[in-house]
Amino acid sequence: MKLSLLVNEGPYTHQASDSAYRFARAALDKGHEIYRVFFYHDGVNNGTRLAVPPQDDRNLSQLWSELAAEHELDLVLCVAAAQRRGLLDGDEAKRHGKDADNIAPGFRISGLGQLIEAGIQSDRLVTFGD
Amino acid sequence: MLHIVNKSPFERNALESCLRLAADGSAVLLIEDGVVAAASNTRFGGMLADGMKRDLKFFVLSHDAAARGLAPERLAPGVETVDYGGFVDLVTSHDTVQSWL
Repeated sequence: MKLSLLVNEGPYTHQASDSAYRFARAALDKGHEIYRVFFYHDGVNNGTRLAVPPQDDRNLSQLWSELAAEHELDLVLCVAAAQRRGLLDGDEAKRHGKDADNIAPGFRISGLGQLIEAGIQSDRLVTFGD
Repeated sequence: MLHIVNKSPFERNALESCLRLAADGSAVLLIEDGVVAAASNTRFGGMLADGMKRDLKFFVLSHDAAARGLAPERLAPGVETVDYGGFVDLVTSHDTVQSWL
């Protein structure tokens, strides 16, 4: 079955990012397709490549990147939510005159239309948030 | 329909809203702090019991229950436990999924 996930919460707010990640893994293990994971609101904080959590803590950005590489996942950060929180890819950094970008591998920045489209194209859309 | 509740009823009224509006026969999955609602002998036990009377089915994510010290024997009677694979199965076996945030 084709599933999409909406993640509305960052890695250090509560548990939603972890729940979403574990759900995605379990779904892939069962042979389902993850059509897209859309990160909205504070959920975009899952997509930074500059987070350096303690070594004995899970690193969600890295876990998402690894999962994306393994299964060719489409991880999308909402552009407006990302800009507000200082998450920029190369193009956005250049466009806004910033000296760095910080998007983790496997993530891309796009608009809210990607969430709507995921809802239309997928059999189920599951929301994780606070 | 599958309803997912991730907040403790001691903290927010998400479960109460969910149960007020859920159609008879729906499934309710308790995850994250929502698992607290499935503990036996809390003042919310009646909410689950009332729901079961109108054929609501209650599930608890075992991982999240264990993380909060809720052993299976401490769960209210009639509540089923599922792992993440069971969570996926609940999502795929119901036509629609609603998260009560």
